[in-house]
Amino acid sequence: MQSEKQSGSLTRQILQSISEASLVPFLAILTAVIVGGIVILFVGGDPILAYRGLLQGSFGSTKALSETAIWATPYIFAGLAVALAFKGGLFNIGAEGQLAVGAVVSALIGYALPEWLGFDVPAIIHLPLVVVFGVIMGGVWAGIVGALKAYTGGHEVINTIMMNYIALNTTSFLLNGVMKDRSPTNVIARTPLIADSARIPPIFEGLRVHWGFVLALLTAFFIWWLLTKTTLGFQIRTVGLNPDAAKYAGINVKRIVILTMALSGMLAGLAGVIEVSGLNYRHELGFSIGYGYDAIAIALLGKSHPLGVVLAAILFAAMRNGATRMQFLTQMPVDLISMLQAFILLFVAADAIIRYIYRIKSKGERVVLTRGWGG
Amino acid sequence: MNENIVLEAKGITKQFPGVLANDNVNFDLRKGEIHALLGENGAGKSTLMNLIYGLHHPDNGEIFVNGKPVAIHSPNDSIAAGIGMVHQHFMLIPVFTVAENVMLGDEVTKRGSLDRATVAAKINDISRQYGLDVAPNAIVGELPVGIQQRVEIVKTLYRNAEIVILDEPTAVLTPQEAEDLFRIMRDLTARGVSIIFITHKLKEVLAVSDRITVMRAGRVINTVNPGETNEAELANMMVGRQVILTVDKKDREAEGEVLNVEELSVRDQRDLETVHNVSFSVRGGEVLGIAGVQGNGQTELSEALTGLRHPTHGKVVFDGKDVTGKPPRVMTETGLAHIPEDRQRHGLVLAYTVADNMALCDYYRFPFSQRGVLQPKALDEHARQLINAFDVRTPSPFVSAGKLSGGNQQKVIVARELSRAVKLVIANQPTRGLDVGSIEYIHNEIIKMRDRGVAVLLISAELDEIMALSDRIAVMYRGEIVAVVDAKQTTREQLGLWMAGAHAETAQ
Repeated sequence: MQSEKQSGSLTRQILQSISEASLVPFLAILTAVIVGGIVILFVGGDPILAYRGLLQGSFGSTKALSETAIWATPYIFAGLAVALAFKGGLFNIGAEGQLAVGAVVSALIGYALPEWLGFDVPAIIHLPLVVVFGVIMGGVWAGIVGALKAYTGGHEVINTIMMNYIALNTTSFLLNGVMKDRSPTNVIARTPLIADSARIPPIFEGLRVHWGFVLALLTAFFIWWLLTKTTLGFQIRTVGLNPDAAKYAGINVKRIVILTMALSGMLAGLAGVIEVSGLNYRHELGFSIGYGYDAIAIALLGKSHPLGVVLAAILFAAMRNGATRMQFLTQMPVDLISMLQAFILLFVAADAIIRYIYRIKSKGERVVLTRGWGG
Repeated sequence: MNENIVLEAKGITKQFPGVLANDNVNFDLRKGEIHALLGENGAGKSTLMNLIYGLHHPDNGEIFVNGKPVAIHSPNDSIAAGIGMVHQHFMLIPVFTVAENVMLGDEVTKRGSLDRATVAAKINDISRQYGLDVAPNAIVGELPVGIQQRVEIVKTLYRNAEIVILDEPTAVLTPQEAEDLFRIMRDLTARGVSIIFITHKLKEVLAVSDRITVMRAGRVINTVNPGETNEAELANMMVGRQVILTVDKKDREAEGEVLNVEELSVRDQRDLETVHNVSFSVRGGEVLGIAGVQGNGQTELSEALTGLRHPTHGKVVFDGKDVTGKPPRVMTETGLAHIPEDRQRHGLVLAYTVADNMALCDYYRFPFSQRGVLQPKALDEHARQLINAFDVRTPSPFVSAGKLSGGNQQKVIVARELSRAVKLVIANQPTRGLDVGSIEYIHNEIIKMRDRGVAVLLISAELDEIMALSDRIAVMYRGEIVAVVDAKQTTREQLGLWMAGAHAETAQ
């Protein structure tokens, strides 16, 4: 009887904590939509029509759903990357760069491996190699930043930004040079197409959505399991919440910082790999239109919870994808979406505004995203 | 109404989320008296003072100064009303001079630059008038703590305070410095200043105050005169039940050496050597108490012995193994239980559940973890056992540790550390800020460990705690151990002298 009562209240507690956690993001979205609507009105548009266009364009047909899922895939991976780092007390601004190096390496393995070996590699070997090398590259790229933090105290925010410059410019150098597609008609900085055996197949005939989306959902589940159910996850969260207590408890804080960054980079790298292997079949300069930066917004909106990240990623994907339809219906520029996203993020980050507007009492528990210098 | 009353709080009620911090509190202060406000942590003393000082606003009730109702919305209002406060943690800037600190926030300038001379003259006036010796041009960071406290008092007088609130002023002082403070307090009252003296130390209250008001759980229990009461009665009022003030400890032969420290030196994060050449040993079945005023190297010493900090020189042998500079994991696995000085910084992850915190040092071992996966059932069962065995007051093992009271948070740590198979307990300030009931409990647990043959190193700034629990006492002063004595063959006064830096030629 006693235990039944307790488990009942436990379920209620869990439900309560979920609704509390999602309340602010939900109200932030709602408020952003209202403010966005006012802006549309102000510039002489029809907000109802615009939002209807947005919904139709993102969820209104099988094709729209498929395209939304395609947009969501890199968002989920990169969002998980940033969220995992947050859980470990680290602010990974470098998802963009980790994504780029992952994409470059997977493209290279994708088109060049058969040439190097001199024969066609079966997909069952080729595709995993493409994925693994891209993921490792992303992990190494971010792991360097983790090591700098652990051993020199160099702050990861600065160092991930610097590593972004190195990654993006090196990518540009490679795509304009040794890795450039040499077909006579090509003038763009891009790699040759990857071999068929290096491609992730679509799920349905005739739609572009590929198995990478399913992999993204599975990865989100895996990250949730890793963080909440495993010893390693316990260590990562402990270091993130209280590095002093972590040290006291015998956790090797330096090792965990490096590992967390590396795991985060692997997830970001995976975002790049999947874009190459599942969608574009090559790496092209400027293919990532800020996935790595949107990922920060997605992790924030999703409160760094893997399920939250998936939902936030789908929301961002839907907005990006539906924007064209909205523009077609109402002549509202696609940039409106960036504005909406900025409003959402603003309201999530400065949640005092939302708490004030909707009179929500603060519980006094603030999310600490990153610690000060040195750590 | 008595015209001698300079400050009166009437019917003060203050509600914080989940706590009624002040419940219809009445308090008055007469001109030229020392009125002690006694109570445990969380009794509502600080809340009442913060309301009077303008850091919070009461939900109900009124505050009168010199018989007139005053609206105090900020410390500026209270300073204007002639109220000054000396906080437990000094609000001084160490690199500034005394004069600069005193005028801070109320700077005197002459043609755009600070007029140090005028301020220094005024400080000298105050010093003479009230017998508070301070040099206006001294750098505050270079002064001893007792003098820094005087600077704080001068600061309030400089702002013409007639009512001075002293919040736990003796926590950082040696017994001798505390005596000095009491003399200053009497000098101040002789010159018409009225003092509210906040404390939880019974002896001091009886020694210095004119009236004593005891608070418990947000309410005023009683106001008494020191001549008509005694320690036991005050303790009962504070706690609400009979309290045993001494620890029941039987004589016992010490066993073999468990911890041996040789010529240990440690540097702090500013790279200053705060522990020099310290040597001592602790044997099984004995409590070695390290006495000393806070900030004499105890923190760094305990960090070096528990693996949190690398010593720069010397050797630590634990259970026959050289463990110098070994990380905390090695120390725990060798058999160390560590009750850290700062429970919220090192001892707990406040956002974690009680159950997770109770396995904070063992989470990676069987049965809590199997093949890298946490075992919630084992964690839960372990937590329930410890909650029962150590009487932790928590609604369930799944409540986050941050929601427990300080005493129960400390019990979570004590339960976790003392329930393991350990050979050595290092307890640093194990009862700081706790209520009398929890203190009693933790003291008994420590003695139980000693009786079981465990070696205990107790570091505490509370002399009473050291004297009640220790078999031998070492005194630490400026990073050195200046004396080691048998606890039965020493006195408070002798220890106090050593704590203040007197040399130990007289020690056996």
